[in-house]
Amino acid sequence: MNRLSLLSLQILVAVVIVAFWQVASTTHLFGNPDNISFFFSTPSAVATQIWKWFAEGTIWYHLWITLLESMLAFAIGALGALIVGFWFARKERLGAVFDPYIKAANALPRVVLAPIFTLWFGLGIWSKVALGVTLVFFIVFFNVYQGVREVNATVLSNARMLGMSERQLLRHVYMPSALSWVFSSLHTSVGFAVVGAVVGEYLGAAAGLGYLIQQAEGVFDVGGVFAGMFVLAAFVLLIDWIMTIIERRLLVWRPEFSKQGK
Amino acid sequence: MAAALRQEGRAKAAAAAESAPAVRLDGVTIEFALARGQRFRAVADASLTVGSQEFVAIIGPTGCGKSTLLNASAGLFGPAAGSVSIFGAPLSGINRQAGYLFQQDALMPWKTALENVAIGLEVAGTKQREARERARRWLGRVGLASFCDRYPHMLSGGQRKRVALAQVLIRDPKIILMDEPFGPLDAQTRVIMGDLLLKLWSEDRKAVMFVTHDLEEAIALADRVVVMSAGPSARLIGDFPIALPRPRDISEIKLELAFQTIHREIWRLLKQEVLKTYGDLEEAGK
Repeated sequence: MNRLSLLSLQILVAVVIVAFWQVASTTHLFGNPDNISFFFSTPSAVATQIWKWFAEGTIWYHLWITLLESMLAFAIGALGALIVGFWFARKERLGAVFDPYIKAANALPRVVLAPIFTLWFGLGIWSKVALGVTLVFFIVFFNVYQGVREVNATVLSNARMLGMSERQLLRHVYMPSALSWVFSSLHTSVGFAVVGAVVGEYLGAAAGLGYLIQQAEGVFDVGGVFAGMFVLAAFVLLIDWIMTIIERRLLVWRPEFSKQGK
Repeated sequence: MAAALRQEGRAKAAAAAESAPAVRLDGVTIEFALARGQRFRAVADASLTVGSQEFVAIIGPTGCGKSTLLNASAGLFGPAAGSVSIFGAPLSGINRQAGYLFQQDALMPWKTALENVAIGLEVAGTKQREARERARRWLGRVGLASFCDRYPHMLSGGQRKRVALAQVLIRDPKIILMDEPFGPLDAQTRVIMGDLLLKLWSEDRKAVMFVTHDLEEAIALADRVVVMSAGPSARLIGDFPIALPRPRDISEIKLELAFQTIHREIWRLLKQEVLKTYGDLEEAGK
């Protein structure tokens, strides 16, 4: 399938859904439109709301806050996980001792931490960043751990025979191997950073997309909720697209990312 | 005083190194730990010397512990009994004098061909620019001048082997260890790689330990062919000098009478060992 026909089919899906939504919420075809539009709003109301946000420029501030929280959560979580992951993978005993605690912490539903983080870090961005960090950390941690443990034995022996010291092995072998695992989980971990930020905002904040949605929900403004969701979805798609570009650049040595086929 | 002693010691070591063989295995026994505390003896009481300009091929049935012997010479693991000495000095840890060409792909997939070849110099302290310049020349010597910026997965198996060869040789090791390096390649590529290896080796003779299960390859390349018995507890059971003239052309030399005579002689010994391996298989099948 070529790109154009793929794109047109993708757009067609959206058109069909919106058209169905429009018909259902404005005509008597599927029941009382007043009821339906109360529960589902109407496409035009949602579009008007989004238009208003962008025209008045109020949305930019909220988007910026959510973006800032997500990126901080990702950066701090990934960096911490990189350091701890490396450390645990190279010091087997240390890893073994902390293994049950890591697993237990990872099993915890992170949402329950949100109120505690609010208590600790206040209503500003840092409580959301903290929530995002707890999500990102584990994904990156497990990938780094795996990446270090699963370095190809022959490549490692070869590097040793080439005269690499322990530090050089870290730089030229362990690090690239671990990073390739981290990059391949980039979509998931960045996604989780956004989830952490939005959930945090939703549970108590003064700005951000989560806050917008929560405010709209508080006054039964279903149109506002849907508008917030659409903006959030577009935001995530955009970030995902940027990640794909970054990934292509960083993992050019991997067969599946290289344009130059065999 | 201490400095003088050290200097004297160094002079002695240097003198010893000149006369000592590149690799000396003395009664080397190698064991591996298996599950439930059992031990598996791969190689028993192997003694072998490799001269500093000598090309020695080690041949034996599959799974007999040829690679194990090579890994012990590389210092990747130590023997359970016996000793390994390199130019007269007992080996402890990685053998810094040796380059190792592995059977499997051992290039770093995240580095380009050029970076892979240059890395051995870079980690030894050569400036990156100079290392890359020399790597470029080496890639030219193995016929890959225009493939410098390719990542390993963009190269064919034979090309990857050539990069690996350049990666080993650029460091100018005094000893070259090769573990069935051309095993995964097709027959034609093997002949070309063998010729390339002989050409590079004859320019600047090093000690070579070349492990293979291909007798023709062993005779065509080596000065000496050492035969290992079937494992476990494999021993060295034969040592044949190959008096064929150099330079050699691998595909031509196989047609010569002297080649066929020595081939027949070694095969007579090797065949029994190969059959033993299969005998075990048949018993296992019963």
